[in-house]
Amino acid sequence: MLTLHCPYCGVNADETELDAGGEAHIKRHGPGSDDNQFHDYLFTRENPKGVHLERWRHAAGCGKWFHAARCTATLEVFGTYPAQVYEPPQDIKDAISAKRPGWSWREFE
Amino acid sequence: MSTRLAKQGRLIDRSKQITFKFNGTTMRGFEGDTLASALMANDQMMMGRSFKYHRPRGVVASGAEEPNALVGLGEGARFEPNQRATTTELFEGLTSISQNHWPNLEFDVGAVNTALARFLPAGFYYKMFIHPQPFWKHVYEPIIRHSAGLGKAPDKETKDADTYEHFYAFADVLVVGGGVAGLQAAKAAAQSGAKVLLVEQTSHWGGRAPVDGGTIDGLAPDAWVEQTLTELKATDNVTIRTRTMGSGVYDHGYALAYERLTDHTPGAPGPRHRLWRIRAKQIVTATGAIERPLSFAGNDVPGVMLASAMRDYVVNWGVTPGQRVIVATNNDDAYRTAISLKKAGVDVLRVIDARTSGGGALADEARSLGIRVDPGKAIAKVKGGKRVKKVAICNQDGIGGAREEVACDAIAMSGGWSPVVHLWSHCGGKLIWDDALAHFRPDPARPPLGADGNGFVVPAGAANGPVSLGDVLADAQTAGEAAANAAGFTPKTADAPKGVSELELPLEPVWLMPANADMPLRMKAWLDFQNDVKVSDVQLAAREGYESVEHTKRYTTLGMATDQGKLSNINGLATLANALGEDIPQVGTTTFRPPYTPISMGSIGGEARGEVFQPIRKTPVHEWNDANGADWEPVGHWRRPYAYVRPGEGVHDAVNREVKNARENLGLLDASTLGKIIVKGPDAGKFLDMMYTNMMSNLKPGKCRYGLMCSENGFLIDDGVVARMDDDTWLCHTTTGGAERIHGHMEEWMQTEWWDWNVYVANVTEQYAQIAVVGPNARKVLEKLGGMDVSDAAIPFMGWADGKIGDFDCRMFRISFSGELSCEIAVPASQGLAFWEALIEAGKEFGVMPYGTEALHILRAEKGFIMIGDETDGTIIPQDLGLNWAISKKKEDFLGKRAQQRSHMTDRNRWKLVGLETVDGSVLPDGAYAAGEGVNANGQRNVIGRVTSTYYSANLDRGIAMGLVLHGPDRMGEVIEFPGTDGKIYKAKIVDPVFYDKEGKKQNV
Ligand SMILES: [Zn+2]
Repeated sequence: MLTLHCPYCGVNADETELDAGGEAHIKRHGPGSDDNQFHDYLFTRENPKGVHLERWRHAAGCGKWFHAARCTATLEVFGTYPAQVYEPPQDIKDAISAKRPGWSWREFE
Repeated sequence: MSTRLAKQGRLIDRSKQITFKFNGTTMRGFEGDTLASALMANDQMMMGRSFKYHRPRGVVASGAEEPNALVGLGEGARFEPNQRATTTELFEGLTSISQNHWPNLEFDVGAVNTALARFLPAGFYYKMFIHPQPFWKHVYEPIIRHSAGLGKAPDKETKDADTYEHFYAFADVLVVGGGVAGLQAAKAAAQSGAKVLLVEQTSHWGGRAPVDGGTIDGLAPDAWVEQTLTELKATDNVTIRTRTMGSGVYDHGYALAYERLTDHTPGAPGPRHRLWRIRAKQIVTATGAIERPLSFAGNDVPGVMLASAMRDYVVNWGVTPGQRVIVATNNDDAYRTAISLKKAGVDVLRVIDARTSGGGALADEARSLGIRVDPGKAIAKVKGGKRVKKVAICNQDGIGGAREEVACDAIAMSGGWSPVVHLWSHCGGKLIWDDALAHFRPDPARPPLGADGNGFVVPAGAANGPVSLGDVLADAQTAGEAAANAAGFTPKTADAPKGVSELELPLEPVWLMPANADMPLRMKAWLDFQNDVKVSDVQLAAREGYESVEHTKRYTTLGMATDQGKLSNINGLATLANALGEDIPQVGTTTFRPPYTPISMGSIGGEARGEVFQPIRKTPVHEWNDANGADWEPVGHWRRPYAYVRPGEGVHDAVNREVKNARENLGLLDASTLGKIIVKGPDAGKFLDMMYTNMMSNLKPGKCRYGLMCSENGFLIDDGVVARMDDDTWLCHTTTGGAERIHGHMEEWMQTEWWDWNVYVANVTEQYAQIAVVGPNARKVLEKLGGMDVSDAAIPFMGWADGKIGDFDCRMFRISFSGELSCEIAVPASQGLAFWEALIEAGKEFGVMPYGTEALHILRAEKGFIMIGDETDGTIIPQDLGLNWAISKKKEDFLGKRAQQRSHMTDRNRWKLVGLETVDGSVLPDGAYAAGEGVNANGQRNVIGRVTSTYYSANLDRGIAMGLVLHGPDRMGEVIEFPGTDGKIYKAKIVDPVFYDKEGKKQNV
């Protein structure tokens, strides 16, 4: 029963208000992509023990999608941020670095 | 014998007698008794039988950790099995029955299992799986059936007479446990101004301290507890609750507490149990410690009890379990029991102290009272069946020879104390092994972490390891201050109250008594009393290669009883560690999982039962439908009429009547449940082109188009008619079950992929009632009501228009899911019922009949229209259903386009939709598979297709079906076989899926 801060409406939302949406920052591959690219886009996911960037929706609240930077092992939340970005904002990266120096996740670090 | 003492009993009121029943016998107790203390006062020491061997079991503990004294409580609608007698407060009229025996508690046939013990070794359940089937049927199953199940399940037809509720609470500091540590921690935290919630599982405060003695700030513990409680009650920022167990600690400071409101006053007004759903910034676990049994032969015979429990029964309830008692211990604390008993006038024959050095100050006090103390000794064996008769005493350092026998009727045992670390551990708190006290305690360096990465659980008092009263109170003060500080408050540092108790000498770990007990003794030394796991079983598991404690637990069932290993855990681990030649910390513990003790299913359900279990969604026409014969069918959270059944008519007669009438006269369908989603904005067309497989951006205002939606994986997820309202507005109809899901799907793509597109989505499903007016007379009834021009010229097929029908503002869509002339008319939801009634009234002369979902299904199947959920199951792409015409070839991209190009999706062996016509006109069984040639790798017949929809068509007077068949469209006219589960073979011809009006003339008039 996590609590996550919704960056849109400002509520510290209980997990019962939230829908989990899997991994964040996945780049869409559509027509024209090769089979491997498309396969990875659809099916290949990170499964880290540690820093993870996830999608959540404040489903029983404001309805907005947002991202959370979280440690899957300790449940520590480094920060949440709007979903309309291609990579975690610098302040989120800094917050992760402060707690998990040397972290990396896909192409981010 | 066990009996009530003339004096003592701080919790009972001897002026208030209570009558209760156990196994039909009327007994008497006092207010303040537990069922366990009252049974003992009536010399009922044996309270049940064990799970596997059905051995006699007496009460062994005095609280929540009790593994043996489980009873069936109450009767009828209030019957509940497996209730612990030790935590059941006595009340007038209580009825209880013992469990796990047949025909009765005293004489049990199943106890023969004891004699078969060598056939039921550790891992019995695992080992039997490898035997062949006949062995199962004739040997194992009869035995297991007889012994399976703990207690008796309540009668399935009986509904729980009580109510339950959930309660949401927020606290800065939650303190679990109302012993002196919990009280002091709560006080220390509250002084900072933090909002404190303090919960205690029993009905009284103070925990063990009033029984164990000593002084706090010069006061007797009882007096100090009273004084502190008074202070806490007068503090505004403190809430306190008894009969409320801290049941579990979860992520980010979430905790559950289980309040038992009326268990002690059944039938009293209000809920029976209340589940507190708490968010706390910090949680203090002042949960105390639990005494460990000693592992000696016969330690399961009724009359053998934890030393602390025996002390509790004497001091709290004025009951002694025996008249001639022997105390066995490896520590000083158990001497308190000897002293309490002696002072209460009970004969204490001797204290058997496994330590060669004997005890300290408490031992001296015992000796001064005339109690014999035997250092370096052990209990070799307890003799007696349903009751302790005598013990054989030997040296602790040995195999159990050279025994001296002493007659006695009760034994108090103490193997030391284990902190209650459950709540600390639930959410990831780690433990360290304390060599001096021989127990696991919370590792302060590795607490469970909250959202901010800091620890949010603080153990306090005995739950953190300290043993003496002084240390416990000092630790509690520190914990309370630390919790307040971590919750963002500034604690007022204060000195802890000064606790004074006798100095205790160190214990000496004793994991087996005597230390090198021979095999016959080990086979009678119980670790888990309820599940009948003995020292020899764990040793066998180790020999058979079970090195992991988690595996050993499951193999032997050690700690899997209803007490969840509260008594057996550490002794079992130590036994395993010794057998493996490892240290206890290396072996580790099993996982502690919530709840701490079982909580009622009723409390988990809370108010969610009966009508409020799940709210029903109702259309504006719902009440009319209900009053007019609706045979309800759940569709999502909606209820839709399956058919409108007339008096004297069967459901299927009604369906057939409705199907025919819609084609011949006039049918009305309450289609209000269909999803209605508005998509609006300058980029709405572009957005819908991504959502649907076909083109929506080029739809003209005033026109409708049938559309398909796929997931990014290519699979069909929904369908429906899209209408263009104006330049930048579209209205998308979804399936009934799909409205919320598709709305969410659109929001997800809009917010997370194309967030720079200027488009908005709104779900307006419940804003409109929508009624399908269907059949050759559809236009006549609308013209009779008057208003807008409803001619084919004004609103052609697949057109729509706003206007008035009669007095009703409406939007009319010329769309058809039946193949008939059909107008779907939306009116504001508030007008839905009035409009429906107007249509019914005006339609009388045109033969109007409402029709339900089954008629809707048959009408669409006659036309070969697919239904999401029938023809699709999440693995079907539009191409499988012959819907290629609805997939745009002009669009560069849409959700699912790329996926539909993958090799498996373009495989020509994918099963394709066809119509199926039984050779004899009968109805194909739903879901039946078509059998092909040969067998697969598992020796099963190959299958070449399956039925997706099948109905009796009254209009065609024969069975019609659709199905997915291998190379189906290329096999028109071929007859294939569908073996039914009824043993019959159904033969069906592959045909075109459109059975009725192939040219589509009827809808287009
Ligand atoms: Zn929100």
